Formats: sequence, structure tokens, C-alpha cells
Amino acid sequence: MFKKKVLLKFCILLFIVPLSFVNTNEAHAFSKQVIQRGAVGEDVIELQSRLKHIGFFTGKIDGVFGWKTYWALRNFQYEFGMPIDGLAGAATKAKLVKVTKYNSNPKVATPKKPAAKKPAAANTPNGYSQNDIRLMANAVHGESRGEPYTGQVAVAAVILNRVNSASFPNTISGVIFEPGAFTAVADGQIWLTPNENSKKAVVDAINGWDPTGEALYYFNPDTATSGWIWGRPQIKRIGKHIFCK
Amino acid sequence: MIRGILIGVLAVGVAGTAYWGYQEHQEKNAVLLNAENNYQRAFHDLSYQMDLLHDKIGTTLAMNSRNSLSPSLTEVWRITSEAHSNVGQLPLTLLPFNKTEEFLANIGNFSYRTAVRDLDKEPLSKDEYNSLKTLYKQSGDIQNELRNVQYMVLKNNLRWMDVELALASGKESTDNTIIDGFKTVEKTVSGYDESDHGPTFTNMQKKDENFKKIKGKIISRQEAITIAKKYMKIDGNSEVKVTESGKGSDYGFYSVSIKDKKSGQEASMDITKKAGHPIWFINHRDVKKQLLSLNDADNKAAAFLKETGFKDLEVFESTQYDNIGVFNFVTTLNGIRIYPEAVKVKVALDNGDIIGISAEEYLKSFQTRSIEKPAISMEQARAKVNPNFKVMEDRQAMIVNKLNEEVLCYEFLGTIGDDTYRIFINAKNGIEEEVVKLKNAEAIYEDVI
Repeated sequence: MFKKKVLLKFCILLFIVPLSFVNTNEAHAFSKQVIQRGAVGEDVIELQSRLKHIGFFTGKIDGVFGWKTYWALRNFQYEFGMPIDGLAGAATKAKLVKVTKYNSNPKVATPKKPAAKKPAAANTPNGYSQNDIRLMANAVHGESRGEPYTGQVAVAAVILNRVNSASFPNTISGVIFEPGAFTAVADGQIWLTPNENSKKAVVDAINGWDPTGEALYYFNPDTATSGWIWGRPQIKRIGKHIFCK
Repeated sequence: MIRGILIGVLAVGVAGTAYWGYQEHQEKNAVLLNAENNYQRAFHDLSYQMDLLHDKIGTTLAMNSRNSLSPSLTEVWRITSEAHSNVGQLPLTLLPFNKTEEFLANIGNFSYRTAVRDLDKEPLSKDEYNSLKTLYKQSGDIQNELRNVQYMVLKNNLRWMDVELALASGKESTDNTIIDGFKTVEKTVSGYDESDHGPTFTNMQKKDENFKKIKGKIISRQEAITIAKKYMKIDGNSEVKVTESGKGSDYGFYSVSIKDKKSGQEASMDITKKAGHPIWFINHRDVKKQLLSLNDADNKAAAFLKETGFKDLEVFESTQYDNIGVFNFVTTLNGIRIYPEAVKVKVALDNGDIIGISAEEYLKSFQTRSIEKPAISMEQARAKVNPNFKVMEDRQAMIVNKLNEEVLCYEFLGTIGDDTYRIFINAKNGIEEEVVKLKNAEAIYEDVI
């Protein structure tokens, strides 16, 4: 909601503010930061635009410092006889500003769509798409709303441990939708909209955080109906869940 | 008069309700039947694939030449993978059915490994042939058991929905032919000892290292707390909880959680009992603003690792997720990267706090190494790489290959067209051990109109 309001105000501003004023505002330059591979944000958009302007970068300007941007920057550093480190530090940025033009607000004339200064892409861990993450976040949210953050990472880690285990299906969707595997799937709670925290927990788990000690099962001792699950060797307890092998 | 109208309205109401109820009932039945049919398909597919698997292993046994062996083994691999996926669709989660799935995974691994090998140079060994024979016999047993269950299901019109209901209600003792049948299958498989599969099967499942390579003395609870406090910079009023790992854990660890009484912020971590190494650490909070660059955060992470006693680490991957930086560090010895020894660090980009560490991989593979000299030169290795590949960086690196062994490789980082790859060439025999395509950023779909 808030964002929308800001956007609206921005649109109105663009209408009211005389064009000449906007033009003086355009002389945008990098902030002071050293830009490194993996970074996201306005500086990266500027970096990509400038590199594109002189033909080093051929990809889409998406605001994520990925491999393509990295190689483009290194080529630039090579061509201009600078130390090739793939970092956009002070010297590299100064050189870039000198030899290229950058209009931070290229489409001022069409105020309908204020120039997108937001990155148009996002980093995801290798091998997983945003949709995979969303699906897992759904499961994590449905299973462990109200658990501490560590408990949510733990549930996501169990899903991943199952994918890697020979005794379970080999895909994320296979594990999540295995009949009877998760109560949240059985009672439909998986289709609640996940919050940001559950997404972050999933990314953490994918990046290698496993608070469970390699557990394959967990249960809530207050509601567990199956006697079988109590027989599994237990590893630890996080929040309301007991994790076991 | 009023009575008449009332009766009329009620009658219409009753009729309407009856009609609505009937509709609902019909719909429910349709949905149930649909679910039932899905289960039936998965089950009949499974038994069909077990038939096929048995036959295929049988024919493979009779083959001799590489030309026919490799495709046949590949076929076995494909069938096991399909069967495995069908098992996953049956409502058997609450039933201990792991052994059967593991058995399928084992056949899959074995057939894959032998199928991709150059069987002209390295034909099936005697042990492997015997393994295949055992697998043939065992898959025959399973096939028989499954056929038996299938026969009962077909004869008595048994429904999988009943199985699910029986399992969900927790009354596993109820007499249910399907459940009993699958229990027998599981028992049959459990009877096969690992040793039955012969020596080729060792090293096949991913081995749990259990932090065996860590050396040091067992630390006390108090020491664990002291170590944990180094990671969480919470001063003054804090609430500390320590629990020991349960029996199910392969290695002993302490779980320490520290709560700041003032802010309510809670951080938790696991520490190995032996030598007190951190396994993971999470100090989660919302990071609302980015004030630091990824590069600053990188330096902070490196400094922090040094401070906490990690040695010879070098960052090789940095990624920004919203306002959090995640850095992947690996050990570098004399310019050789040891990829299995990886530590990940999460840094908040608002004030540079370390909000997460994951060192499980590192602890599992950390050891004092003596790295052998490569047998081939960098140029020789480079000649093995796809000629379209434009090499940008090269170095030596240690990786874990598909057979779960650590091997010394030459690593080449470069591009083909628009994509970036890491290619690992074995430094001893020049085999292309691994090719990794590195991911490009993914477009945010919401903004695509």
C-alpha cells in the first residue's frame, strides 16, 4: 500500500516539476561503495548501463551484478589498462564516469511509468528458482507459522535432507506432496500466503544452514497421532518440534 | 392459510436441501474416486516397473559386449528412477517403507555408475557381476511380493483411500491387506544385508562423516557458553539455555541459545562437543536498510572468521539477498582451493553484524592434507576442455567427485556464449570430473508485464 502511495506521489511530482529541474537532477553518479559480484541495487544498474553504453556489456540491465556484468567489467578494466580485479572501486568508477554517459532517468518524458530504478532480477541460490523457493516457503509457512526463525529454517532443512535421502522422492515437489508426509499439505494450509520470514528461512536452508543435525522427520509431541514417529531416534528439539532421524 | 404456505415453503426447503446434499455427495464421490485412481495408477505402475526391472537385470546378466551392456544398464537406471518416483506418490509415508526405496536407489546408483563407464577399458569385474546377480534375485523377491499384493487388491477390490484413512487414524494395527503386504515387502528387503551387495556397494551412499576428522578434547557446557558468546555480541542481561544433542545424532553437540532480555533478540547455535567448533549459528533479525556495500560486508566476514579461529579461508562467492550478504568461503592452500571445506557467513548490510554461520561442510571435510603433485600440466588439462570454452581464470582445486572421492583437479572458469561455467579436469588422469553451469540472476516475474 505504502509503496503505491509513494509511486503515485512520484508520478505527480514528475508532472509538476519542470523538465529543466529534472535534467539537473540527472547528473547522477555512483555512490561511494565498492561494487562487488553478487551485489544488487541502483549502483549496479548504473554500472551495467555505463558498460552497455560503450559496448562491453550486452545483457539486460537488471540491477544484479552477475557473471555477465563481471566479465564485462573485467574486459573494461583490461582495455583501459587498469588492474583486473572485477571490482568496481573508486578508480574504475571514475574512469567509467569519464568515458560514458548515463541518464539515471531515461524516460522522463513518459511519466506514466517512472523509470524503474528497482532491480528487475534477483539472486537465487544455484539450482533453485524463485518458484522453488516460493513452493518451499509455502510448505514452511503452513507447517511452522509461529515457530522461531530457527525452527522454520529447520523445517526447510528437513525438506532438503529428504530430497537428498535415498528413502524419499528426489525433487522438492515430490517430497512436499508425498501423500501423508506433511499435515499442512493434507489440510490445505500450504496454500496460505507465506510471509517474508519463511522465504528467508528457505534461502538459508538452501544455502547450507541445517539446524536439525540432518534430521529426516519431525513432529509436534502435543499433536502427534502416530506411535511410530515416537520410536525414531531423536536428535533435538527446536520450538515445538522434535527432530529425528 | 398461513399453515399451508408454511408447509409449502418448508417442503420446497427440504427438497432443495436434499438436492443440494445429493449434488455435494456426487461431487465428493467424484473427487474421492479421482484421488483413488491416482493411487491405483501409481501402485500398478510400480508393480509393472518391478516386473520390468527384474527382466531387464536378467537380460543384462546374459550380455557380454559393451555395446549392449551400456544401454541395458541405462534402461535399468531409468526404470528404478521411475519406480522410485511412483513409491513417492503412494500414501505410505507413515509406513516404514524406507528400505525398499533405498534398495531402488542402490540399484539406480550401481547401474548408472557401470553404464557410464567405458566398459571396453574396464569391463564388469567379478564382484560387480555377482552384485548384479544378487540384485537380480532380490528384485525377483520384491516382484513376487508386490504381485501378491496386486493380486489381492484386484481380487478384493481394495481401495487405497482406506489405507490412507487407516494410516491417518493411527490405527496401524487394523487388518489391512495392502498395509500388511507392503510390510512384507519391506521385511524382505530389510533381510538383505549391505554385505550381500558386495564391495562395489560401499562408498555408494553418501557417507556420513560424523565430524570424525575433528581432533580435540570434549568441552564442558560452560565452555560451550563461552564460545557461543563470542559469536553473539549480546552484553549484559541475557538468558542462556544449553541442551545436549539427543540419541539420534551421529555426533555430540550442544545447542546454545542466548536471548537478550532487553531487546528480545534471540540467537542460537550448535557447537560440537569435541573441540568446540561451531556447526551453525543463526541470529535472525529484520534488516531494513542497506548502509554497507557487499564489499564492506565481505571484509567484515573475513575478519570475523579470522577472529574466531578459521584459517586460510578465501571468499569465492558473494551474493546479496535483499539487505543481507551471504559469503561462501573455502580453504585455500598454496593457491589450491579446497572446495569441500566451505564456510558460509551471513552479514547484515545495515550495521555489518554477523547474523549467520554454517560450517557443517567444513567440519566434515576438514583435515590436515598433504596434496599430491599433479601428474599432468595445466596446458595438458586445458587441451581437454571444450574448444568453444573461453578460459578466463585457472587454478588448482580439490573437489568431491561423483564417486564421493576427493580429487585434485585443474579448475577453469570461463564462458561459452553468454553463460559462465566452472570446469574441473582431474589433475592425475585428465578426466573431466565436473562441469558446473553458474547461474545468472533470475528475472522477477511480478514486474514482467
